[in-house]
Amino acid sequence: MPEVSLDEVRHVAKLARLALSDEELERVRRELNRIMDYFAELQQLDTEGIGDTSHAIPMTDVYRQDEIGASLPAAKIVQNAPDSVENFFRVPAFMEEE
Amino acid sequence: MELHEMTAWELAGYLHNGEVSAEEAVQACYDRIEGVEDRVRAFLTLTPEAALEHAREIDELRASGEHLPATAGIPIAQKDLLCTDSIATTCASKILENFVPPYNATVIQRCHDAGMIMIGKTNMDEFAMGSSTENSAFQITANPWDLQCVPGGSSGGSAAAVAADEATTALGSDTGGSIRQPASLCGLVGIKPTYGRVSRYGLIAYASSLDQIGPLCKDVRDAALLMSVISGHDPLDATSAEVAVPDYTGTLGRDLHGLKGGIAHELLYGEGIDPAVRDTIEQAVKQLGSLGVEFEEVAMPHAEYSLPCYYIIAPAECSSNLARYDGVRYGHRTAQPTADIYDLFAKSRAEGFGPEVRLRIIKGTYVLSAGYYDAYYLKALKVRTLIKSDFDKAFADHDFLICPTSPTVAFKIGEKANDPLAMKLADICTIPVNLAGIPALSVPCGFADGLPVGMQLMGAPFSEDLLLQVAYAYEQSTDWHSRRPAL
Repeated sequence: MPEVSLDEVRHVAKLARLALSDEELERVRRELNRIMDYFAELQQLDTEGIGDTSHAIPMTDVYRQDEIGASLPAAKIVQNAPDSVENFFRVPAFMEEE
Repeated sequence: MELHEMTAWELAGYLHNGEVSAEEAVQACYDRIEGVEDRVRAFLTLTPEAALEHAREIDELRASGEHLPATAGIPIAQKDLLCTDSIATTCASKILENFVPPYNATVIQRCHDAGMIMIGKTNMDEFAMGSSTENSAFQITANPWDLQCVPGGSSGGSAAAVAADEATTALGSDTGGSIRQPASLCGLVGIKPTYGRVSRYGLIAYASSLDQIGPLCKDVRDAALLMSVISGHDPLDATSAEVAVPDYTGTLGRDLHGLKGGIAHELLYGEGIDPAVRDTIEQAVKQLGSLGVEFEEVAMPHAEYSLPCYYIIAPAECSSNLARYDGVRYGHRTAQPTADIYDLFAKSRAEGFGPEVRLRIIKGTYVLSAGYYDAYYLKALKVRTLIKSDFDKAFADHDFLICPTSPTVAFKIGEKANDPLAMKLADICTIPVNLAGIPALSVPCGFADGLPVGMQLMGAPFSEDLLLQVAYAYEQSTDWHSRRPAL
């Protein structure tokens, strides 16, 4: 089974939006190789024709009446923001101005 | 007996007939906390003002002749991943160190409405990832039975608080064993309900198809009492089941004759089960036999695949659930200069999450990424079907299954922290249950090397009442539940 490369780990860290140091990237790479071991174990099982279980207890689409209920007040929600202006969350600009 | 040493049921009796006030009961907990908390470190937040005020309200209502539920005035500790309105909720993570929820989790609201008095928020492994509570970003909790040992995890704070009599009852959460294993290690009764039995609204999510909230209590009747408070459909949780809630306390005391028990062979006799633990479980099986249960061995051929299956599915779900922690709307935001919004996300998250959490997010992201999704994640979901089918077959001919809750008794703080594989093996008996979505209960069944051993009873979906009945009969025929740690 091919080992996970450092480039692959960097790619995954980017997908996960995690800024990892070089030491941690290496540590994580070694740990990711364990997934290979888990996968090899699972490969031992013949799952041809077996359905997936993403939810153990059978559940169907749950609906409710389209009725307006109370919402949390915006002012209360914004209290937890690291940076806010009125009821807006403030972040560094990420779109260029025209 | 001191007020803080009582079970909820005992205390309820005194509260109901007016011999003891809720304020006295709550104060007794805080006095106890003052005496032992510096050695146990179960709590991240204590809420004495709010607790005493709530207690006084309950006392006034009772004095005015109002009929109150059995749980009115009973102290409870809440695991710090349950959202509590206006009270810090951190998941034992730096990324939520300053997070104050603007709403109550449904279970928090139900406990409050049932008159239960919240003593504080308890320590846990960060984002519920761990089996010893050593992954907390803030403090290490000690096992009241041996302060050099872990209380188990991830609900270690809740378990330690109840075992130390700092709170009469507690709630925890269980994704791979996080209620049952600490209950076992701390000599308590712990239940992971059927998936969907208890609302997850306001439970800060780790793995959405595996998480459930449940009680950690001093005895079976207390656990039954708490199950009555928290169970039931919730329109705010689309995964909560529309299944009637039985009278859990009223149906205790059933005779066990005629019940068929299955000994989950691979889980009792598997590699890694401590021989002393195995012997204790075998004694418990004999005891249950003498109470009328007929036992036979049951094969669980796919049990050995539970660990790899879980460690693909749980990190995958965690990577999705923890994507919301981006430093924008709540939680930690980096103070470092950032090049762009992605840099803001990446630095905030790397700073805020602990190493085990970062690792699981990476693992989960990897197994879900393009090119690997089918091979890893989908394969694991198919294996999950096979694991569930082992249980379905077993329950066709058996009323419940039995095995150890934990392969060992409580281990020393630091012993497994640097051996992730050894730490994960702590959950080999509990993980299959979460994958299958079935209910399971851990009840004390003895001691090994002076430390508590718990046996795990597993049942078909929504059979918590039966599990409680079996556990109750067993408990009442022994005296494990009356033992207390010498703190």
